[in-house]
Amino acid sequence: MHIGILALQGAFFEHGQMLDKIGISHHEIRSVADFLKPLDGLIIPGGESTTIGKLLSDLQLMNPIREKIQNGLPVLGTCAGLILLAKQTLTNGYPSIGTLDVVVKRNAYGRQLGSFFTKAEIAGIGSFPMVFIRAPYIESVGESVQVLATVDDHIVMVKSLRQTGVAFHPELTEDDSIHRLFLNDCIEYEKSRS
Amino acid sequence: MEKTRYELNKELAQMLKGGVIMDVTTPEQAKIAEASGACAVMALERIPADIRAAGGVSRMSDPGLIKAIQQAVSIPVMAKVRIGHFVEAQILEALEIDYIDESEVLSPADDIYHIDKTRFKVPFVCGAKNLGEALRRIAEGASMIRTKGEPGTGDIIQAVTHMRLIQSEIRRVVSLGEDELYEAAKQLQVPLDLLRLVQKQGKLPVVNFAAGGIATPADAALMMQLGAEGVFVGSGIFKSGNPAKRAQAIVKAVTNYNNPQILSEISENLGEAMIGINSEEIDLLMAKRGE
Repeated sequence: MHIGILALQGAFFEHGQMLDKIGISHHEIRSVADFLKPLDGLIIPGGESTTIGKLLSDLQLMNPIREKIQNGLPVLGTCAGLILLAKQTLTNGYPSIGTLDVVVKRNAYGRQLGSFFTKAEIAGIGSFPMVFIRAPYIESVGESVQVLATVDDHIVMVKSLRQTGVAFHPELTEDDSIHRLFLNDCIEYEKSRS
Repeated sequence: MEKTRYELNKELAQMLKGGVIMDVTTPEQAKIAEASGACAVMALERIPADIRAAGGVSRMSDPGLIKAIQQAVSIPVMAKVRIGHFVEAQILEALEIDYIDESEVLSPADDIYHIDKTRFKVPFVCGAKNLGEALRRIAEGASMIRTKGEPGTGDIIQAVTHMRLIQSEIRRVVSLGEDELYEAAKQLQVPLDLLRLVQKQGKLPVVNFAAGGIATPADAALMMQLGAEGVFVGSGIFKSGNPAKRAQAIVKAVTNYNNPQILSEISENLGEAMIGINSEEIDLLMAKRGE
């Protein structure tokens, strides 16, 4: 199994470290050529969603990524990655991938002084350490979307088929259960293709 | 595992990695920067090249301007305070600024003490020319470091010197024996525990950006290849012929800093770069402020 990590901007290195610890090979995606290499799953990291969205368009990566996700490629989007996957984002009209049927609110907790750490339950995983950095939350979800975690009544983690969207940063903790959840989808996807 | 405010602040810097932080002086410029792919903006009244030209005392920007820029964009907004001027920092914290730059670009307010940054909830970035300066600023509570370079010149030589020096000093520390670290800490005038961290991780304990003199996509890519985790561009964008185009090109250059094919495409027809001044021809070396 092999994972691609979108490395246009943000905390992509940290996701790579997490996969190294689990023992999964991966490569960074900065261009179409990188994305065309074989992969069984894609991670879209945290960073600035406006920056990553702009680069996705400029580097002609938006459409190929959208198509592959629609055709079943497993994807894990954290923070900015969740915003880029969302079908709709409150606050602005920057380009996004838009494959995940949720409405996301950017900077939902305000500026950096609103950034926080907490622990909360994730369905199927249990208590999980959550780091929110200028984070979004999910305002509403479509019918096909399963809510996996909430904090203070706001949705912070969802899953829809093989798409996992997370408002916080599992890559900044020692807990690899969210990555493993995503990797289960990747194993299934790998099997379905062979 | 509880996360402290300081860790959350270091982690915001991690989210900025691979990005370009642009100096802006108006809400309109801030919008251009955001639309061009900046991962944050630095709000200030005058860009370094104009501060240099105007002379006199240079201070924190008008809070009204900073607020207008905060309202104009959705990306993080940073602003500068004078070295040692902790009241300017208190004012910026009251504005809920996302990052404070305790900056040598402004006139220093204190020639001995930097701000005790551990007393603040908002994060600080500080400039450094070498490993000693970087670790002293981190000991004072900085959660991000940038090279000083020579601001407002469009001349990359100082940023290159500072980045190369920091990287080579880190390599030297990594090669030292446990028992040699005490002497190294003494020589560098830094806390031993921070030096141990550098030795263990082979890098600074916080994110390290390049700043000071970056004017072209090639400059930005050069700094990334030398080990910067992202770049600040000050005068280089809004002193150039076509700010939006140059800003977009520099953003792409930082992402694809190792891809000469893409770098050559984005470096085409950018219009005039800032004219710049040779850092040897200037009387005022801002990088010498605050060691």
